[in-house]
Amino acid sequence: MMTRSVLPILTVVMAIVALWYGGAVLMNKRWTMDQAARAGVELSLAEVVADTLSQDRPKLPAPHQVITELWNTTGAKVLEGRAFSKRSLIFHGWITLSATLLGFAIGTGLGIALAVGIVHNRAMDMSVMPWAIASQTIPILAIAPMIIVVLNSIGVQGLLPKAIISAYLSFFPVVVGMVKGLRSPDAMQLDLMRTYSASGTQVFSMLRLPSSMPYLFTSLKVGMAASLVGAIVGELPTGAIRGLGARLLAGSYYGQTVQIWSALFAAAILAATLVGLIGLIQRITLKRMGMAR
Amino acid sequence: MIWVIFALAFWAGGLALNLWLSNCPWRGTLAVRLAVPAIFGLTILVLWEGLTRGLGVPPVILPPPSAIGVRIAASLPILWGDFVQTFVKGALTGYVMGCGAAVLTAIVIDRSTFLQRGLLPVGNFIAALPIIGTAPILVMWFGFDWQSKAAVVVAMVFFPVLINTVQGLAAASAMQKDLMRTYSASYGQTLAKLRLPAAMPFIFNGLKISTTLALIGAIVAEFFGSPIRGMGFRISTEVGRLSLDMVWAEIAVAALAGSAFYGLVAAVERGVTFWHPSQRG
Repeated sequence: MMTRSVLPILTVVMAIVALWYGGAVLMNKRWTMDQAARAGVELSLAEVVADTLSQDRPKLPAPHQVITELWNTTGAKVLEGRAFSKRSLIFHGWITLSATLLGFAIGTGLGIALAVGIVHNRAMDMSVMPWAIASQTIPILAIAPMIIVVLNSIGVQGLLPKAIISAYLSFFPVVVGMVKGLRSPDAMQLDLMRTYSASGTQVFSMLRLPSSMPYLFTSLKVGMAASLVGAIVGELPTGAIRGLGARLLAGSYYGQTVQIWSALFAAAILAATLVGLIGLIQRITLKRMGMAR
Repeated sequence: MIWVIFALAFWAGGLALNLWLSNCPWRGTLAVRLAVPAIFGLTILVLWEGLTRGLGVPPVILPPPSAIGVRIAASLPILWGDFVQTFVKGALTGYVMGCGAAVLTAIVIDRSTFLQRGLLPVGNFIAALPIIGTAPILVMWFGFDWQSKAAVVVAMVFFPVLINTVQGLAAASAMQKDLMRTYSASYGQTLAKLRLPAAMPFIFNGLKISTTLALIGAIVAEFFGSPIRGMGFRISTEVGRLSLDMVWAEIAVAALAGSAFYGLVAAVERGVTFWHPSQRG
């Protein structure tokens, strides 16, 4: 399955890169032409293409420009021994990552706790569950700026406000997924536990918790992606100082397109790594539990 | 102090009522199943009102719900203008364009297993990325007005809908496809009469996920620059002026718009996929 897909995936990726280069030439052509007309020179096609792919502030930076910028702000900084300088994406990425992980841990922990409560208490289930489901249909990300500013005005700054946003964004998917998972054992299995005269705790730890694992991991992936988005958006209202979101905003203030794209790619790499990591843990855990498909 | 005592008493009463309702003999009826979450929500509101008033929480930290209600009633024209700018022009346009393009793309690549095998993993990968980060780029390309917001929404909804549609087009069973073959149905007929209807539950799954994404995309894109109206613009400027009742009013509108949008798509789904087991319940 994996090897069969390698060629098609490579083809698609190559096509995207080719489209990207084509788009870069087309979108940056205007600027090159204007400059040439102002200087009063005629440019050959090769010169136009070469110029569109190496502008300082292109409308669409070429892939190699973004990769160069990424390397200059990460690997090159490490080689210089200044991995945590303010111009390094490792520094900004770490700021965002720490808020993401703290918020994710808080949100997941509380989410699992609430899910356990919902499964074991009917009043809680009937009053809270409809709201948890409804929360998935409303853009709760919109209250992020308010949380930052309000917490700032009572003196809480830095990591915690962003972590709170990440936490509540990952909270609801985990609650909904975990409730589904804890309810996934069917009546037959529950009856079997009953015939063993298992106590409530035993049913929970030996049947409900293990069978909820596939659902938990699926919602953990959703929650992790949401946490990262929350941390990035949480960095916007503070005036763009630190973090990947701040790099995006600063880049858009000063028209530094290459910086925006490199921050975007750093965020994408971070998201892919985090979600991939959860996928790996999922595969190992489910395999050891004998639940791998 | 009287406010705090009243709020706590109301909370205790609501809790007792809910505990009783959820264990009473009529707990399965629709009325009770609606009443319990409604009482819970009302209790939260009363608790919020009572505590903010009783403890003297300054309105720049948390305004009481009554103040938010007054603000909503007083600024209906502004809220309506923001709603039109962000939801109707930005989110809805982008949603229709993005979802339409995704379904069409899925149908186009349907005949090529090669393209599917390549596009699906790439699409799955992209769907997990923070696409919202493209907002500053798209605002630069398409200007401050709603066009850039629609573009962000297109980028956000495209891949979830694409993945779900491709999965859905594979949902018709071999037996059903063989039956169409025995009718000597053409590719187009099989697509229109069997495979697209069979794909609808999957497509609507993607469409429902995308309703929230569309609203989030349109609002967050406005944080990167917008004309002087729009829900995201209003939220970010009013937060800066610390008039939080207006921020909460916009959030209430956003929540209402989000659930109504989701409810509408779910209602259409019920009409289109009436045959599916999950709808016959």
